[in-house]
Amino acid sequence: MNVATATTVTAPIVAHAAVETSGLEERIVIRNLNFYYGDNRALKDISLPLYASKVTAFIGPSGCGKSTLLRVLNRMYDLYPNQRAEGEVTLDGEDILSPKQDLNLLRARIGMVFQKPTPFPMSIYENIAFGIRLYEKLSKPELDDRVEIALKRAALWNEVKDKLAANGLSLSGGQQQRLCIARTVAVRPEVILFDEPCSALDPISTAKIEELIDELKSDYTIVIVTHNMQQAARVSDFTAFMYLGELIEFDSTTKVFTAPSDRRTQDYITGRFG
Amino acid sequence: MNSLYAARRRRNIITKALSLVATLFGLGWLVLILGTLLYEGFSGLSLRVFTEMTPPPGAAGGLLNPIIGSLILTVLAVLIGTPIGILAGTYMAEYGRHEKLTSVVRFINDILLSAPSIVVGLFIYEVMVYPMGHFSGISGAVALSVIVIPVVVRTTEDMLMLVPDTLREAGASIGLPRSLMIMRIAYRAARAGMITGVLLAIARISGETAPLLFTTLNNQFWSTNLNAPMASLPVVIFQFALSPYKDWQELAWTGALIITMTVLALSITARALSASRKQS
Repeated sequence: MNVATATTVTAPIVAHAAVETSGLEERIVIRNLNFYYGDNRALKDISLPLYASKVTAFIGPSGCGKSTLLRVLNRMYDLYPNQRAEGEVTLDGEDILSPKQDLNLLRARIGMVFQKPTPFPMSIYENIAFGIRLYEKLSKPELDDRVEIALKRAALWNEVKDKLAANGLSLSGGQQQRLCIARTVAVRPEVILFDEPCSALDPISTAKIEELIDELKSDYTIVIVTHNMQQAARVSDFTAFMYLGELIEFDSTTKVFTAPSDRRTQDYITGRFG
Repeated sequence: MNSLYAARRRRNIITKALSLVATLFGLGWLVLILGTLLYEGFSGLSLRVFTEMTPPPGAAGGLLNPIIGSLILTVLAVLIGTPIGILAGTYMAEYGRHEKLTSVVRFINDILLSAPSIVVGLFIYEVMVYPMGHFSGISGAVALSVIVIPVVVRTTEDMLMLVPDTLREAGASIGLPRSLMIMRIAYRAARAGMITGVLLAIARISGETAPLLFTTLNNQFWSTNLNAPMASLPVVIFQFALSPYKDWQELAWTGALIITMTVLALSITARALSASRKQS
């Protein structure tokens, strides 16, 4: 809670209208974040909080920087040369952009689910157990338990419990995506980032994933990037609308979708552009 | 019929006919070569070929020592060349993808890939055989490994480049260190292609004669001593085929048949492997 009070003093965060946030814990705080692909400035002075146990959606037209912003949060951009972030991003008060930050430990705390399902080329069981073994030394029965819990959490257990030895790639697209969610959850992160998790899935699988996100939010801080505004409206508590690398509006989802305070937000959600 | 269309049809038929003739011409020679090889090679094939040493002219014998020699040289060359090739390919595709060094290495590797093998033989002669003072099995194995390395480097890099970046990101996203990501995920995804590369490298060196002439030379007798000259199939074929003795020439044909069949088997395995990769 200390972090929250500190923020209200220092940060003139975005137009943040009449929404009750006093009971909320700020898990991640982004302040004056700029991001560059080489010389190209892709994010411009972004500031916003991400609340614990809530779902925050990043929406906006293609190229607005929403995925870029998401990939700053677990420093995925560090895999590539010529990409850099400036500003401050804190997770529980700790600066994650610091060069001293251990990236592997950070990513174990902030999990990510990608646009296309990316199961590892190994068995279903191994897909889950692999990540757990990285950070914990468990006996076989304990590990079995953890794998089962993770698969149940991702609502996949009933479909795969009889074929845990089968290759993860043999599952359907929707199942693969839930396997990836199970894999992420198994490492016990605090935050889960979803990068357009349903854009490659059929409507039924999409519904399952959305349901899952709703269940997961009690235990995790969730951020989701989506092209689909109905999806943002359905699953998120807070919505950030971005346009051309700028954060235009950040507010409760209800507010953004019913009474946006910026003209551009209104144009976007009513389908006038994007 | 529209005259423009008719003209195009005519051109089409002519082009088709020309390409067919060219294909048949090329294939014809291949069939002739293989046919002769099968005919001449099979007539000399018997159990004796695999159980007896190379004979002096006029006596009966087999190809046991060159077969074993070739096996030893090939296995050694692969043991030396594969780790170096895989590590270099891994650096180029994973760690140093955006480094200048990688483009330099890739360029040099491509030259090495098509370098005449006799140059490789001469090089090893200069750096190993001459200082050692005598021909030896080990220098032949090193010469062959110099041919293996660029093939393995190339296929390893190519196959790792085919592994989608999303898989690397997925690995990173659960906190996998890069080294583990490469060993446990990227290698696994690229495995079939990398094995294919090693098989193709084996196929490539199993018929090489020139580098062995300068390094391992030949041995009329049974020897597995790596510090001494050793018999090998390509060199024995070279020697026997050029000899005036009928029975030596026959053995040369049989040896050629054995090499061809081995290479064929390797190629088929490699194809099957890459086919299974495409399916998965």
